[in-house]
Amino acid sequence: MWRFIGSRLLQAIPVLLVVITVTFFLIRVAPGGPFDSEKAVVPEVKAALEAQYRLNLTLFQQYTAYLGDLSHGDLGPSFKYPGRSVNELIAAGFPVTAELALYALLVALVIGGIAGVVASLKPNTAQDYIPMSVAMIGICVPSLLLGPILILVFGVYLDWLPVSGWGDSPGDKVLPAITLGAAYAAYIARLSRAGMLEVMSQDYIRTARAKGLPEWQVVSRHALRGGMIPVVAFLGPAFAGLLSGSFVVETIFQIPGLGRFYVQAAFNRDYTMILGSTVFLATLIVVFNLLSDILAAWMNPRLRNQLRAQ
Amino acid sequence: MATPKINDVAQAEQGTSLWRDAWLRLRRNRLAVLGLTVLLLFIFIAAVTPWIAPYDYAQQDLELGAAPPSAAHWLGTDIFGRDLLTQIMFGGRISLAVGFIATAVALLIGVTWGAIAGYMGGRVDAVMMRLVDIIYALPFMIFIVLLMVVFGRNMLLLFLAIGAVEWLTMARIMRSQVQSLRQQEFVEAAISLGLPTAAIIRRHLIPNALGPIIVYTTLTIPSVMLLEAFLSFLGLGVQPPETSWGLLISYGAESMEEYPWLLLFPGLALTLTLFSLNFLGDGLRDALDVRGAKD
Repeated sequence: MWRFIGSRLLQAIPVLLVVITVTFFLIRVAPGGPFDSEKAVVPEVKAALEAQYRLNLTLFQQYTAYLGDLSHGDLGPSFKYPGRSVNELIAAGFPVTAELALYALLVALVIGGIAGVVASLKPNTAQDYIPMSVAMIGICVPSLLLGPILILVFGVYLDWLPVSGWGDSPGDKVLPAITLGAAYAAYIARLSRAGMLEVMSQDYIRTARAKGLPEWQVVSRHALRGGMIPVVAFLGPAFAGLLSGSFVVETIFQIPGLGRFYVQAAFNRDYTMILGSTVFLATLIVVFNLLSDILAAWMNPRLRNQLRAQ
Repeated sequence: MATPKINDVAQAEQGTSLWRDAWLRLRRNRLAVLGLTVLLLFIFIAAVTPWIAPYDYAQQDLELGAAPPSAAHWLGTDIFGRDLLTQIMFGGRISLAVGFIATAVALLIGVTWGAIAGYMGGRVDAVMMRLVDIIYALPFMIFIVLLMVVFGRNMLLLFLAIGAVEWLTMARIMRSQVQSLRQQEFVEAAISLGLPTAAIIRRHLIPNALGPIIVYTTLTIPSVMLLEAFLSFLGLGVQPPETSWGLLISYGAESMEEYPWLLLFPGLALTLTLFSLNFLGDGLRDALDVRGAKD
């Protein structure tokens, strides 16, 4: 097991280095410097600014210096908001995005998981078709459309829930979480249905039935664990999707999270902020992919024993 | 005289049976047929839009402003008094073009990459697939946003950027197909006949791996279209004066409280297309009996 984790960790390192390097040089290739404003800047001031952002060094020196800062977690100052560091901006925005992603994931796991398992118990009946049709809708109605529609129906016409903000008024987290989670609920429903169908045809399920276990125990004690492996393996990619999905959802609901900061930084050409957030988000995504792989391997008894034997 | 006849029959059956069979199965799947019909209709409309659009694309009627659907404007007008149906038709051209062209880019790179890796095997394969693994782990979305920021928002780049991240799964599918085909006698025969590698890949491997590739391509188009809508919604994709369904939805969302039709109709166009492609993809998967593509 440890060897498996260790080798996956080793694989993650080149990925992160590629992300950092490519992002760093891409940003430097971008046209327009951060201080190309209309106002003429006094040469001394410009020199001081460039020194502060290390623009007076060669590109390679900048790169190694950036890597050096990164190694102790320093993402540097923001181009757009002088005096604020990228670390501060991320620290302000990320907790909000993380909370949103967590709620969305809960929505996706609970609704999607239940729908998928329910559908798998009676395949090719109404109990299967209805949740799976709803899942198809979830896949085909993107969040950028679902969000505004939910706002229109529940915020404006019915006036049940607030339509913007985060933690300012009760219930304002409900619509964003549903908007972000819906598509993932749909994928999880399909994955868990397929996983359960596969497991339910296995010999050990027949054995469990033969020894007289009631059906709900066959499902809950024996089938669920194997049937959910595809869902667990999907959690890593889902998390990456939730983080980038937060770009749109935070824009729709005006939530002050990292996703919205990132989009704003993109428009403002706040290059250090873009660079820092990209590195930060990429690291998170790589870590979560790793965790979901390890969890899925651990849940699969065949793979687990194989890993233990090594 | 009898022998060539039998040969003819055998050849004719070999050439058509698999695809005919799949087509018959697909035809029995009502949702897939519906999807295919809607899709072909939309593609046809997109192709002839410049000639059949009810109004001029840029024609404004500021006095009229945003008007609900009426006999003159079937789907209403936007805040500048522009005909919404016309906007959606022109937007559809771009949304569909992004979907199909970017998928074609992905298809080209993925199939070539996967075929070479699978055919060469050994160290070449290891290096090539290692690279795929690394790119796979990159956060795509963030990367595309980054590309759009850095290189400005132009359409060609949008095609390339989306295509460049969507080819990975295609490469994996192609590789596993080629690996299993490689072992078969007809490929060994081709090798021993001295056919060059490129010809073997083109003539023998790619045609035989077509089923999974077709299914996966059909399922890639909707995810590419979603990506375009996502970027345009954020203002990082298609730029005015061009328009796309994603951009129309983002404009619609701004004024949906007063003029809900501006959100609903472009949304409906996008959703219908995504439904059609997904139904068609699922239908093709069953018809061609492809397992493990996507799900």
